[in-house]
Formats: sequence, C-alpha cells, structure tokens
Amino acid sequence: MVVDQRAPLKVLWFAWLRERTGTAEELVTPPAEVATVGALIDWLSSRSPRHAAAFQNRRAVRCAVNQELADPATPIHPGDEVAFFPPVTGG
Amino acid sequence: MATVRVQAADFHVGAEFAALTAGRSDIGGIGCFVGTVRASPGGPRLEALTLEHYPAMTERALAGVVAEAERRWPLLGCTVVHRVGRMAPGENIVLVLAASAHRAAALEATAFLIDWLKTKAPFWKRESFVDGSATWVDARETDDAAAARWGSPPAA
Repeated sequence: MVVDQRAPLKVLWFAWLRERTGTAEELVTPPAEVATVGALIDWLSSRSPRHAAAFQNRRAVRCAVNQELADPATPIHPGDEVAFFPPVTGG
Repeated sequence: MATVRVQAADFHVGAEFAALTAGRSDIGGIGCFVGTVRASPGGPRLEALTLEHYPAMTERALAGVVAEAERRWPLLGCTVVHRVGRMAPGENIVLVLAASAHRAAALEATAFLIDWLKTKAPFWKRESFVDGSATWVDARETDDAAAARWGSPPAA
C-alpha cells in the first residue's frame, strides 16, 4: 500500500483527557522520527501545557492505534488514527 | 450467531430473550447479566450517569470479546447490548445473554463476556450529582482481576 508520507495523524481524546487537552480531535504532523506511540506522547507533551497536563500521569493513559489497543512501543504511521483515553469503565 | 449493539435507548430483556431464542429448540440454557446504574452509598446523591464511548472502536472491541467467548464455549447464540448517553439511577446500562446446550457454558460465558467487556471495550462513565458536582468514574483493580482470571487469548 502506498502511504502519503505527508498524511497527518488523526489524534482523538476521550473522557478526562479530552477535558484536559480541550479538544476531542486534532490533526497533527509530527516529524518522521516520531515513529511510536511513546514518541508521539513525548512530542505532543512538548507542544502545549494542556497536552503536557493530559500526559502528566502516563500510567493512567491508554491508547489505541487504528481502533486497536496499543502500547508505547506500537509503531505509528502517517494517516493513522491514534486515540488516547483513561482506563475503560464500561459495563 | 451473535447480536452486538450500542444504543442510547433502553433495552427490553424479554424482547432480547425472545429474539435470541425464536425458532430454536437446540438451546438448553441462557445466562443473563444486566448491569444497572447504581448510586454509591455515602457522598452526594447521584443524579445521572453518562456513558461516553469511542464509536469507531466500540462495536469492534465488543465483537472481539464475543468472538473470544465463542472460541472458548460452545455457544448457540449471544447478545450484547450496551447503552451510551445519559442514564438515571436504576436504569439499565448493559445486557449480556449467552445461550448454550448446557448451563455451565451459558453461565461461564456470560460471566466472561461482562468481565472482559468491562476492561476491553472503550466506554467511560461520568457521574453527575444533585449538588452540581461531576466526576469521571475510576477504573477498578477488581475489574482487572476479574478479567484476568479468564487468562489471555492465545497469541495470534
């Protein structure tokens, strides 16, 4: 599959992470070396105090890449949908 | 075959039972779990619970949990309905039905489905109280322990 290297990432925020960042969804284009979820968290945290606040306690943050549960080592690619949320509390 | 739905509207347990069993004579037992909105004792009085979810992921995550139950037990049908949006104390939140030829599989699969759903499906609860305050419900370690007792799926 040919991937447009310039395609932005779609970053989604849920529950109290949405409240901390002040946004539910944003398009971002990190530099190419930001290639994992962990690196993306570092990069997003450096972009604004609100993002840094969202990731203040990283152990309290879960992630999904393209709707599949992910961890800090999970690779990310241009055009991916990356969601950040607290531990789930359904049921 | 399984029915998985996410909806704002309430569900009717009897109607879901009827839909699951219509025309069937092979089912010998159906396990049922209904989760409802509970006010915690003490503290401010609960006004409502609001369930947020991640629509693009939710039904897929629920389908994955159902597929794992179908892999582990000889199910003859199952139904998972999860509500989203605002609910008052006492209202239904989630329904799990699991049908099998015998009770052990039906009951175990029902418990598995709700335990795994609680830790793997992207829903978040927010409690709002009559005094105007509101808080996101924290995940419980007891829920993780309940899910962990079923072990993990085999590596792909």
